[in-house]
Amino acid sequence: MSDVLDRVKRIVIERLGVEEAEVTPEASFKDDLGADSLDVVELVMELEDEFDLEISDEDAEKITTVGEVVKYIQSHA
Amino acid sequence: MTQRVVVTGMGVVTALGSDLPTFWNNLLEGKSGVSQIEAFDTTDYTTKIAAEIKGFDPSLYNIDKKESRKMDRFVQFGVAASQLAIEDAKLEIGANADPERVGVIVGSGIGGLGTWEDQHTTLMEKGPRRVSPFFIPMMIANMASGQISMITGAKGPNTAAVSACATGTHSIGDSFKMIQRGDADVMICGGAEATIRPIGMAGFCAMRAMSTRNDEPEKASRPFDVDRDGFVMGEGAGVLILESLEHAQARGARIYAEVIGYGMSGDAYHMTDPDPDGAARCMKKAINDAGIEPATIQYINAHGTSTGAGDKSETTAIKKTFGDHAYKVAVSSTKSMTGHLLGAAGGVEAVILGLTLQNGTIPPTINLDNPDPECDLDYVPNKPRKADVQVALSNSFGFGGHNATIIMRKFEG
Repeated sequence: MSDVLDRVKRIVIERLGVEEAEVTPEASFKDDLGADSLDVVELVMELEDEFDLEISDEDAEKITTVGEVVKYIQSHA
Repeated sequence: MTQRVVVTGMGVVTALGSDLPTFWNNLLEGKSGVSQIEAFDTTDYTTKIAAEIKGFDPSLYNIDKKESRKMDRFVQFGVAASQLAIEDAKLEIGANADPERVGVIVGSGIGGLGTWEDQHTTLMEKGPRRVSPFFIPMMIANMASGQISMITGAKGPNTAAVSACATGTHSIGDSFKMIQRGDADVMICGGAEATIRPIGMAGFCAMRAMSTRNDEPEKASRPFDVDRDGFVMGEGAGVLILESLEHAQARGARIYAEVIGYGMSGDAYHMTDPDPDGAARCMKKAINDAGIEPATIQYINAHGTSTGAGDKSETTAIKKTFGDHAYKVAVSSTKSMTGHLLGAAGGVEAVILGLTLQNGTIPPTINLDNPDPECDLDYVPNKPRKADVQVALSNSFGFGGHNATIIMRKFEG
């Protein structure tokens, strides 16, 4: 399942322009990776495309860290 | 008290160069920035040429990679030209200028057309849930002004003119008035445009407004020539740093020129056809605003787009404004070299006005081989001309019948 983490990492690095080392499971998109609300919407879209799933707005609001995204994908994909 | 307003910095991003010395040398050498379009396949388009900026890299202008992804190309051009102008002016917002007294008006005639096109394609192909959350903020025509304030920290007046091809001149004229009446000490002002996109080219092709001289791109923009067949689209940005004389002198800024007059008018005539009365009223208003005699004007940087109707109309308007002096004043259209940057044109041409006053040389109208008999003024054909120009005027006219004129004078303390 590390494959999911790698794919999420790649998207986060590309979209948010951050260094790989910053993208830890604990990293918060808003507080640690500098994402604003629009960045998060875009990120969610890209993850939906990458993993071919739908993340509802309610679920998306609950996801705040890289680790939470990976967990969500692993249980829904 | 009315403030005097001076130009202390200039920046351009154009197909003829993005640093002032290169840009100016190319203008004096009569080079054309027009070439085959590389941005997309032009097979089905009647016009396949433009003054396109090849290989533009926003990172060369202090624009962060992550941020530049969220900027339409027109915003990238506007921010880049602003950074160049600020650097040229040695302006340090927060150090030698109070952030709340520095404003921005960098307008765009059309705005983020490329972003529109991309996102509309996404909408059609993938549905509404895939349209980017950045679509609206990237596309709106005021976002160059917005981004420039964010990047530079300029917290003064902030707005954007949107008057088609008159945008750049309105932006500069409005900024001049803001400083004159004391709303700001410094204004970052001009225009930015990026419409060399399939939808933009198709739209202007449909109007039959552009040259189809596809085999000779460098000869395609030929204002006032009898064989002209339409304008050639350009892209980029032109930005001035305007400053109150008091503020400029207090910080020991280099002064290129003084802005002394601004005029505006509406044709109340037709969506796209020009009315010479409107342009003439506009020039007269600028001359009155400057408080000078028409005959003191030695150089006019014409709107001169190389369209059949436009060049004739402007020629008539100059005659209506200046009477006999119309035949003595030097008139040139630098669009013969830069192409027509639409909303950015007035910004780029204001920079040219500043360089003309500073260097004492008038850039030519190139490709003027056989003047149209109905265009019988002195258009400085094909070669630059040494002239100690003291007062110069720049015209911009936009679809909708929007006219704007600014007048600059060589600075003397």
